[in-house]
Amino acid sequence: MTIESDATIEARRQMEICNACRYCEGYCAVFPAMTLRREFTSGDLTHLANLCHSCKGCYHACQYAPPHPFGINVPQTFATIRAESYAEYAWPPAMGRLFERNGTLVTLAAFLGVTLVLLLTMALQDPAILYTAQTGTGAFFRVIPYGLMVGMASLSFGFGLVAMAMGGLRFWRGTAPGAGQKPITVAPVAEAAIDILTLRNLGGGGHGCNDLDDSFAQTRRWFHHAMFYGFMLCFAATTTGAFYHHVMGWKSPHAFLSLPVQLGSWGGVLLCIGTAGLLWVKSVTDPGPVAKRLLGGEVAMLALLFLIGSTGLLLLGIRHTGAMGVMLAIHLGLVLAFFLVMPYSKMVHGVYRGLALLRNAQEKRR
Amino acid sequence: MVDFTRLWDVLVVGGGNAALCAAITAAQAGAQVIVAEHAPKPMRGGNSRHTRNLRALHGAPTEVLTESYLEEEYWDDLLRVTGGRTDEGLARMCIRASEHAPGFLRDCGVVFQPSLSGTLSLSRTNAFFLGGGKALVNALYRTAEKLGITILYDTEVQHIAIEEGFAREAVLSWRGFPQRIRCKSIIASAGGFQANREWLREYWGDAADNFQIRGTPYAQGRVLKDMLANGVQEVGDPTQFHAVANDARAPMEDGGLAMRLDCVPFSIVVNKDVERFYDEGEDVWPKRYAIWGRLIAQQRDQRAFAITDSQALHNYLPSVFPPMRAESIGELAVLLGLDAAKLERVVAEYNATVQPGTFHGNKLDDCRTEGLAIPKSHWARRIDTPPFYGHPLAPGITFTFLGVKVNERARVMMADGKPSGNIFASGEIMAGNILGQGYLAGFGMTIGTVFGRIAGEEAAKIVRN
Repeated sequence: MTIESDATIEARRQMEICNACRYCEGYCAVFPAMTLRREFTSGDLTHLANLCHSCKGCYHACQYAPPHPFGINVPQTFATIRAESYAEYAWPPAMGRLFERNGTLVTLAAFLGVTLVLLLTMALQDPAILYTAQTGTGAFFRVIPYGLMVGMASLSFGFGLVAMAMGGLRFWRGTAPGAGQKPITVAPVAEAAIDILTLRNLGGGGHGCNDLDDSFAQTRRWFHHAMFYGFMLCFAATTTGAFYHHVMGWKSPHAFLSLPVQLGSWGGVLLCIGTAGLLWVKSVTDPGPVAKRLLGGEVAMLALLFLIGSTGLLLLGIRHTGAMGVMLAIHLGLVLAFFLVMPYSKMVHGVYRGLALLRNAQEKRR
Repeated sequence: MVDFTRLWDVLVVGGGNAALCAAITAAQAGAQVIVAEHAPKPMRGGNSRHTRNLRALHGAPTEVLTESYLEEEYWDDLLRVTGGRTDEGLARMCIRASEHAPGFLRDCGVVFQPSLSGTLSLSRTNAFFLGGGKALVNALYRTAEKLGITILYDTEVQHIAIEEGFAREAVLSWRGFPQRIRCKSIIASAGGFQANREWLREYWGDAADNFQIRGTPYAQGRVLKDMLANGVQEVGDPTQFHAVANDARAPMEDGGLAMRLDCVPFSIVVNKDVERFYDEGEDVWPKRYAIWGRLIAQQRDQRAFAITDSQALHNYLPSVFPPMRAESIGELAVLLGLDAAKLERVVAEYNATVQPGTFHGNKLDDCRTEGLAIPKSHWARRIDTPPFYGHPLAPGITFTFLGVKVNERARVMMADGKPSGNIFASGEIMAGNILGQGYLAGFGMTIGTVFGRIAGEEAAKIVRN
């Protein structure tokens, strides 16, 4: 029996009040899932916390929110439990400590990534390559050799995926309901996928959530969509580029109207809009339901993604000039940093949230 | 900065649903409106903060209401709970106007939801606010701010200067500072006096010390008392209130809805003398929800104890504070501080009279007792499956029925029988005009919305003339 965290004990107290009130049942998946339980194990609370999308509807509607003595603040308490679960289920487990000062970690990784790539470029190539214009086929690889680029990306990204998958597996086992795991079937998987792709739970029952204050909006949902789909377009751009390179034998740089450049450009634009928008929301939102201690890691990750998007777009703009080398090194340094910190950053929320949505879809079909 | 020297068109006293419906309606009609809310901003909204729905007449299903609920049925429901202690003219007017209440609130940004779980099966008669009353209050304040209404928080109206049925100004404490507001008309929507324990003691004596005040602690009745002392006609029985069976361990103020216990129909309920005192299974809980507070208030030390067993545990919503739990009735009695031998006897007597039947938790079933002096008419099952559970109960008071008399235009009536020139009232402060006793779920919000709108309209008319 492990000792429960203060946040877990506090969340249990809050859920026992919420479960007798139930005014919030129309807001999101958390409250209907809560009503399926009478007692809350720490696994249940971790599940509910990861199901919470932090829409804050329940905070602004709560008759027991601070300064009421009951002090119900579900979004803040659940955010704390989520962060604790990221640390608890990290793989390898020792790396869980990296969630403690996550903003510092992500920021440092970004600086080190850029520095490392710049230094490696200068060490391995002619330093002049960094400030002379490179054109024609293989221009990028004259700055950073193809093998090194693909090797480092594959290793760091591959490890990140493995670590996140292991974390997901540990989370799935750790939040198993008392009755045990149910087999995963098609219908709940489809429902969870739709929930993820549409962010249904940020709809607040149709009219949006309390992004900024007690007024309703879909701002956060749309910014997150821009970020998510922008990210996916960038990923598609890279995949298409690899396909062109290996299968079609078409080497970069590709023409502006080519598929990889188009996917990457629009993806970069969306990524920048989404991350900048979410940073704006975070900076102006009512701080009442926010877990302030976690802001560092969240802001750092959003900023890193914004920088990746914006340096990618800048790279496109200046790729025929002498600034291309430096910009490529900075862009790839940031991408390397992103891959390295990915399993120990806010990015893991996607895995745990997805699994919580899957579990929720399963539970509804009991 | 608020201008205390100017003459306002309308001063609304109070900050709940009834007050804001009045303020919004008056502002929409062009009046310059100022609202004086006693509570600080986070606790604004009076008892509306704790509400969840309103009862609305409708001829056909709507987005949030099923089937239909017409005037005669609504009136019959009201007649039954009030035992005829109502004003038919006002009540029917309110019932008819309730048809338009959800639409008005929706236009003010209030979001409704179809009811899901744990809602006392009211989805036919009552429209539920998504997120509950505080979400409604937030939407109303947001609308009021958009209309340019001035809102003063932490502002207690202490006295309304009335001369010959005409109010000229209000004396108030504004963030601790003495101030006056001059206005052309006043709408009093400042609630009942249920949070004023001294006042309750006048009618209930020491028993008042054991009443839990479910809602806002700001319902001190100061404006009500002031108006009644200054020539306004009184209405309603001062000893009557809306009260439910609360958890005896709840906070004495502002515990809100989550402190109520729904276990009564699935239990037997005894007082401190270990005697049953009322048929626990008389009717479905939504119809009996609001009588149990008063029943418990009449018991010794205002305490009662719901005794049940593990069969019933999942028939009612979980309680915030876990019930007492024991493997035998005798042990449970000890935990509850009751006479163990007597409780064993009461349970045994009850068990012996339980007739065979088929249990249905959500409707009137045929599980009943036969031969008890106080029968249990439905949901009577033997209490014989350990662990046994005991919930201590206390009366939780929602609001008092003593109020100011109004006419059908929400105009306050003076003691001499003439309507006031410029004073109106809406909400709990005048609910006693319609509710002589008893309560219908969601009817308080209906009265507040309907009379708030009328008061706002009428006040704005005075300003225009």
